[in-house]
Amino acid sequence: MLRYVLRRFLTAIPTLFVIVTISFFLMRLAPGGPFNQEKGLNPVIKANLERVFHLDQPLWQQYLLYLNNLLHGNFGPSYNLPDFTVAELFADGLPISIQLGGSALVLALVLGGMLGIVAALYQNKPADYAVIATATAGSTIPTFVIAPLFQLFFALTLKWVPVGGWGDGAFVNKIGPVLTLMLPQLAIVARLMRGSMIESLRSHHIRTARALGLSEYSVVIKHALRGALLPIISYAGPAAAALLTGSIIVESIFAIPGVGRYFVEAALNRDYTLVMGTVVVIAIFTIVFNLIVDILYAVVDPRVRYD
Amino acid sequence: MTDVTLPSAAKGRSLWADAWNRLKANKAAMVSLWYLLFMGIVCIVGPWFTPHDFTTIYQDYTRVPPSLSAYPKADAIDLAVKDAVQRSRLELAGWEEKDGKVYITVTSAKPIDPRVTRYIDRSDVFEGAQVVETSDDKLKMTMSADFKHEYFFFGTDNNGRDLLTRTLIAGRVSLAIGLLAGLVAVVIGVLYGAVAGFSGGKTDEVMMRIVDILYSLPFIFFVIMLVVFFGRNFVLMFLAVGAVLWLDMARIVRGQALSLKRQEYVQAAEALGVSPGGILLRHVVPNLLGPVVIYMTLLVPQVIILESFLSFLGLGVQEPMSSWGVLISQGAKNIPSATWLLIFPSFFLTTTLFALNFIGDGLRDALDPKDR
Repeated sequence: MLRYVLRRFLTAIPTLFVIVTISFFLMRLAPGGPFNQEKGLNPVIKANLERVFHLDQPLWQQYLLYLNNLLHGNFGPSYNLPDFTVAELFADGLPISIQLGGSALVLALVLGGMLGIVAALYQNKPADYAVIATATAGSTIPTFVIAPLFQLFFALTLKWVPVGGWGDGAFVNKIGPVLTLMLPQLAIVARLMRGSMIESLRSHHIRTARALGLSEYSVVIKHALRGALLPIISYAGPAAAALLTGSIIVESIFAIPGVGRYFVEAALNRDYTLVMGTVVVIAIFTIVFNLIVDILYAVVDPRVRYD
Repeated sequence: MTDVTLPSAAKGRSLWADAWNRLKANKAAMVSLWYLLFMGIVCIVGPWFTPHDFTTIYQDYTRVPPSLSAYPKADAIDLAVKDAVQRSRLELAGWEEKDGKVYITVTSAKPIDPRVTRYIDRSDVFEGAQVVETSDDKLKMTMSADFKHEYFFFGTDNNGRDLLTRTLIAGRVSLAIGLLAGLVAVVIGVLYGAVAGFSGGKTDEVMMRIVDILYSLPFIFFVIMLVVFFGRNFVLMFLAVGAVLWLDMARIVRGQALSLKRQEYVQAAEALGVSPGGILLRHVVPNLLGPVVIYMTLLVPQVIILESFLSFLGLGVQEPMSSWGVLISQGAKNIPSATWLLIFPSFFLTTTLFALNFIGDGLRDALDPKDR
């Protein structure tokens, strides 16, 4: 197992390298630059700025320089937020995004999982239809519709929660973002869980467990659930990576100072280092969570072996 | 042995007739189909029948709430009168409403030119202004004007444009992008997947590795880069969106193609000497069509969401053109004061997405042979 994990970490390095390379050149191929503002900067100042940030050197040199910096854990300065380095921006924003995304993920897995189990146990009964309806609504209505509607009803009409803002992490400020982040995930988890649970309940070992006279609780939770978990786990990996690295929609609607907004802002401003930083962070999260998924596979299903 | 008269063979039902019958039995899908048809017709034809153009700006009607009765409302008249008189640089002595007309009395320190009526006409609220009477020293004048009745069933936006017309125009854009980008994605995906699946071997491996790499790039990054490259151009926009969404299609088609290639009937046809083109037309295309159709109906709502998402970020459709995403993003910024700006476009977008999803699910049930 340990060898497997080590090997996976080693194969992650070339993957990361390919992703960094593609995004670096893709970003640089795009017209414009970080200092091409609409008003037009004084050419001398612009040239100076570009020299400071090594943007006047040939592209391949810049690429090697960036790779070298990256290997030393240096993400470089942000061009458009000159008071901060990319690492500082992430140090400030990432905990916030992780907190919101993590809460949303845990809630979606627990609640969605429970809803899915209930739906599977009462298949084609009212409870099942209620879950299916919730799941359909949750996965159909886009976040950028749900979030403002949430603000409209719960913040402006009922005045239960503030409209937006981080409020130094006050609980009421997190309700809206977490719920809107959670809902689409909850819908998918519930649907997946329902499907795989129905299948799992039909399998032979469950029939055997029932024949042995085990309690319904034991049959469902100890035996059927374990077999039904695999699709949820494989879904949860990429979902976790996406949730924890912040959502531009939720963060911009609720005015949350996370890292979700950096991606779009930085790409539009050609803030090369910030874009690359975001790509690297997302890629690392994705790789790590995919690895966790594969390890969990082996934990949940003993038939899966990595040797 | 006696002759058995076979009952005349029942008329065979084709795969598609069969699927259509089963789709017809699915109430949610059929209601959605009619709803979508209705939505399409309303969005395409509607803007010609609404009383306003989607770019016309009514300065006197910015952010008026939706109403089934005609504007101007009583409180707006006072404001409009004051506005118009102020623009004509005269003093307002008073106004009254009588027999569906408005009578405005103005005074001035200098003699009043009768041409000031055009200031009244210039307002969005009045038309046909005339001088009723002028005092002998020409320092006081009374004008009459008819009301210009305007209907804003969905209210107006921040610039005073009719939201109903804009929502319908936005629907045209969103639906057109959904269909066209969906088509682009399907064409690219089917061609790519089919070539990879049928070639097999090294070609297949290389082609699918490319798909894997594109998959591992953060999706939003990819979209934003395409938008950055192509600029905020309407046509290139949905080509870009389509070009991003073909990856799933390619994988599905490749898988299908790989399994089809090994089917016994395909091998039988090969053994019988049917040309590759014949096999493709007779066996492969009909078998691929099912998953492709299902995937396409599920792709269209994805494209609409993606386009709305980009427009929400300000990267998509540009003013004065509009899409549901643009309208929703404007609505989201105005929720404290003008809720209708959010509610109407959200309703249109969401119901359309629901309808598309129900049709997609219905088609999957109808075309999936496993369910039979």
